[in-house]
Amino acid sequence: MKYMALIYTAPTLTPPMGDSMNQAYFALNQKMKAAGVMVGGDALHPAATATSVRLRSGKVETMDGPFAETREHLGGYYILDCADLDQALHWAAQIPGAAYGTVEVLPLVVFG
Amino acid sequence: MDPLVQVLRQDRGRLLAALVARTGNFQRAEDALQDAAASALVHWDRAGVPTSPTGWLLRAALRKAIDSYRRDTSLARHRDAIALLAQEEAADPDPQAIPDDRLRLIFTCCHPALEEKTRVGLTLRSLCGLTTEQVAAVFLDAEPTMGQRLSRAKAKIATARIPFAIPGPEDLPDRLNSVLTTVYLIFTAGYAQGPQAGTDLCAEAIFLARLLVHLTPHQPEVEAALALLLLTHGRQAARTGPDGLTLPPSQQDRNLWNRAELDEGRSLLDTAIARRRTGPFQIKAAIAALHAEDTAPDWPQIAALYARLQDFEPTPVVALNHAVALAESGQPGPALAQVQALAGVLDGYQPFHAVRADLLVRVGKVEVARLDYLRAIGLAASAADRNFLLARLLALE
Repeated sequence: MKYMALIYTAPTLTPPMGDSMNQAYFALNQKMKAAGVMVGGDALHPAATATSVRLRSGKVETMDGPFAETREHLGGYYILDCADLDQALHWAAQIPGAAYGTVEVLPLVVFG
Repeated sequence: MDPLVQVLRQDRGRLLAALVARTGNFQRAEDALQDAAASALVHWDRAGVPTSPTGWLLRAALRKAIDSYRRDTSLARHRDAIALLAQEEAADPDPQAIPDDRLRLIFTCCHPALEEKTRVGLTLRSLCGLTTEQVAAVFLDAEPTMGQRLSRAKAKIATARIPFAIPGPEDLPDRLNSVLTTVYLIFTAGYAQGPQAGTDLCAEAIFLARLLVHLTPHQPEVEAALALLLLTHGRQAARTGPDGLTLPPSQQDRNLWNRAELDEGRSLLDTAIARRRTGPFQIKAAIAALHAEDTAPDWPQIAALYARLQDFEPTPVVALNHAVALAESGQPGPALAQVQALAGVLDGYQPFHAVRADLLVRVGKVEVARLDYLRAIGLAASAADRNFLLARLLALE
């Protein structure tokens, strides 16, 4: 069963992505890989670099910025393969961003 | 009472837990039990009530679950499940002999991934056997609204795969606290409303707490939760006077106390404390036990317990109760200072204004106290509370 863990943090409340933060993520990645739960994951550049697009009446509308202006921004994600929600939440709680922001866990839809 | 209603009232939780354990799906289990009950309605009326009504329902529900798998478009995926259910159905299972899976069911219903209100609703529906209509009445919701809430919860349990399992030792204390808090919420809802429309939520909460003591032996927090309910419930009859007014504990008639309940509560609390693993429910039960003493309550001790409770539950309401105990211990000044600090967060909370009014009177600020009483009266949830506060206001000089 695959889950997506979305990491939301408020830039003003989060320590910069320095060495210690990088190390914390690196250590978690190693742990997740060793446990065989990590399918993937990435960190994202700040919301200021986001561009939103939508198609309206056949026309592409392009906008500077994220889809919604919120205090907390999507800063990264993991895709985890876990037995159940308890296991997914157990890993999500260890994501360094959980200590500063919120990690949202969603089950992925399996097609076919 | 109608035999089917009686069986479902008594054994619905057990049957549902057994079916969830076998199908791994809350909704499928509930539908199977529902369909089995519908068959029972027809068959029992025609052929009489079977010797083991619960066994009959379990067998029927297993057949209904098999039918529902067969109707499923992805039938191939369910072959093993069908074979297993069929085998069990053929063996004519004795419901009393199969493992009691209600503990797993209650951990699922009270999972922290579900909203608090949903936990209460699911627990009342699944473990206590209340109808959706009765559950809706608890929250003054319309039945379809509650029905939708429960369906969404069951869909989330299945889709997000909330496990039907007893948590491991690492998670157990937190998860148990979530279960006990749900039971306590059911109790307090019943305590505020009193029995109504055939539903006595206090009795349901005590039933659940007893079930938990039975299913998770040697857990001090579970024993203390039951103790807390008994020590509170045992004093309920004395809570209001003949005129329907809420009485302060000092004026309550102790002859109306249920001594058996209070004794059982005290003895359970002693057992829990002897296990030497302190937790919030033990502290709350100890406070309730001090209120249930025949002599005047030991307020300095109660204040000390509330101070300790704040370590576990640093909430404004606990801080307010701590302030009340401080004032009763002869420290109205520090108590008022502590209460004033809560003004921002507890502004819409009736007891906050009632407590502050009382403290203001004690320090001689009667005029300001009047405003707080008026505010508290405006926020009062029941006529008994409103009349009590009104009497306090009118007694002011």
